[in-house]
Amino acid sequence: MSAAAGMSGRRGRGGLVGYLGDVATLAGKDLRIEWRARDTFPAMALFVLSTMTIFHFALPSGSSDRAAQGMLWVAILFTALLGLTRTYAPEREQGMFDGLLLSPVDRSAIWLAKVLATLVFLAAVEVVALLAFWLFFAHVGGAMIAAVVLADIGLCAVGALVAAMATASRSRELILPLLLLPLSVPVVVGAVGASVDTGTGKYLAFLALYDAIFSLIAWGTFEYVVAE
Amino acid sequence: MKKLLAPLDNAVGLAVLATVLIAVGTAMTFFYAPVDVDGLNQKIFYFHVPIALTAYATFGWGAWKALVHLWKKKPGADLESYVAIHQGTIFGALTLITGSIWAKLRWGHWWLWGEKELVLFLIIFLFYCTYFMLRYSIEAGPRRANISAVYALFGVILIPISFLAIRLATNYIHPVAFTKQGPQMAGSQFATFMVCLAAMWTLAGALYRLELLGKRLDLKIRELRELVL
Amino acid sequence: MTSTEKYVAAAYLVVFVMILVYVVIIAAKLARLDREIGDLADEVRATRQDEEPGSAG
Repeated sequence: MSAAAGMSGRRGRGGLVGYLGDVATLAGKDLRIEWRARDTFPAMALFVLSTMTIFHFALPSGSSDRAAQGMLWVAILFTALLGLTRTYAPEREQGMFDGLLLSPVDRSAIWLAKVLATLVFLAAVEVVALLAFWLFFAHVGGAMIAAVVLADIGLCAVGALVAAMATASRSRELILPLLLLPLSVPVVVGAVGASVDTGTGKYLAFLALYDAIFSLIAWGTFEYVVAE
Repeated sequence: MKKLLAPLDNAVGLAVLATVLIAVGTAMTFFYAPVDVDGLNQKIFYFHVPIALTAYATFGWGAWKALVHLWKKKPGADLESYVAIHQGTIFGALTLITGSIWAKLRWGHWWLWGEKELVLFLIIFLFYCTYFMLRYSIEAGPRRANISAVYALFGVILIPISFLAIRLATNYIHPVAFTKQGPQMAGSQFATFMVCLAAMWTLAGALYRLELLGKRLDLKIRELRELVL
Repeated sequence: MTSTEKYVAAAYLVVFVMILVYVVIIAAKLARLDREIGDLADEVRATRQDEEPGSAG
């Protein structure tokens, strides 16, 4: 709807190439900030390792690998949540968000850039997480990796949008988990199903469906969330 | 036709209709519909399921008004969306409570994770409870209206997706599925059900109009105060 | 009353009570609106009297 209309009117450079160029510039900016400051990634990696240590003591002896795999998803979800609380931190801390909105960039490009940047953080952390899981608990299969990739896309797509909602709210850090958790129930179902159940195909297809639908609606509605 | 439907557009007409339909529906539930093989507990079906469907309908209505707000920038659509979702949350709470009572009757437990509709409702209910937390933590204004509207739209997408998810999850959580309907509904049961459904929808409509009236009055008084002082 | 009957009655009661609670909340709101309109009317009357001291309000 209006996202498409806004795209033609607001963009400096024309066409899809210009749009993707804006996205790359914005995402690159976030990654460079992180590369210099190293705020988020070490915190997320440490968090996921600590969580797994907790899970080792939370799972009584004799618990199955299936239980551990379910726990892995709790760890991944909470780690994503931790990363998402920082999504708009660079803009907020320097009061740059208004400037970003005034720049001749389509607003949905801001969302897409945030999704990509968050996705990079999350993927990097999950390399650590899956290695640790393999080391501490159980075997990591191909289906699980596919589920991680698909679940990440969904979590980041929805997360980048609800994190923007949360920045408008007085209770930012408090409300983000409340916004994200009900929306991530389907992700957990698809991901855990793909990890523990036979017939992973339908779970992965479900995750892909979730990603497609929610990415589309988040892409289309982001400009309303940030605009006055 | 328009004149015929006019009473349905105001709180009083809807309230009168709801009163009649609830009386008829309740009478039909206990005196007309037969006690089926499930026993007396099946009577809960006649209002638990209509209440649940009403909650979905009001959430849907809220999302529709949200879309109108975002799309047409119609003033007042934000308030209507909010009131509809408020109604949905009230009916949602009733669904969870009556469903829980029914679960206790049929299976001896207050909560059953195998009962798919109840689990779905819990997720949706949590989602919409957050709507109010979100809305009241943002300063009133166009941005709050927009964010609320986007969140309401996410809700109607989440409902079918969660429904699918719960169907999928039963494969690895609860391999045994419960069937709620059991035998085919008899004609008299179906008629009773439809009357009860109409009763609940008009009740929700009446409450929706009533609350909207109050909220609008509130806004008008605030406006008047600013004009006078 | 059998236990089934009790549960069915309880389910009905919950719905009934919840709707009545709603009525109470709306009633409270109406009472507040009534009060506010009364205040507003008083204020308007007071300003009118200040403006035209001679006339009877």
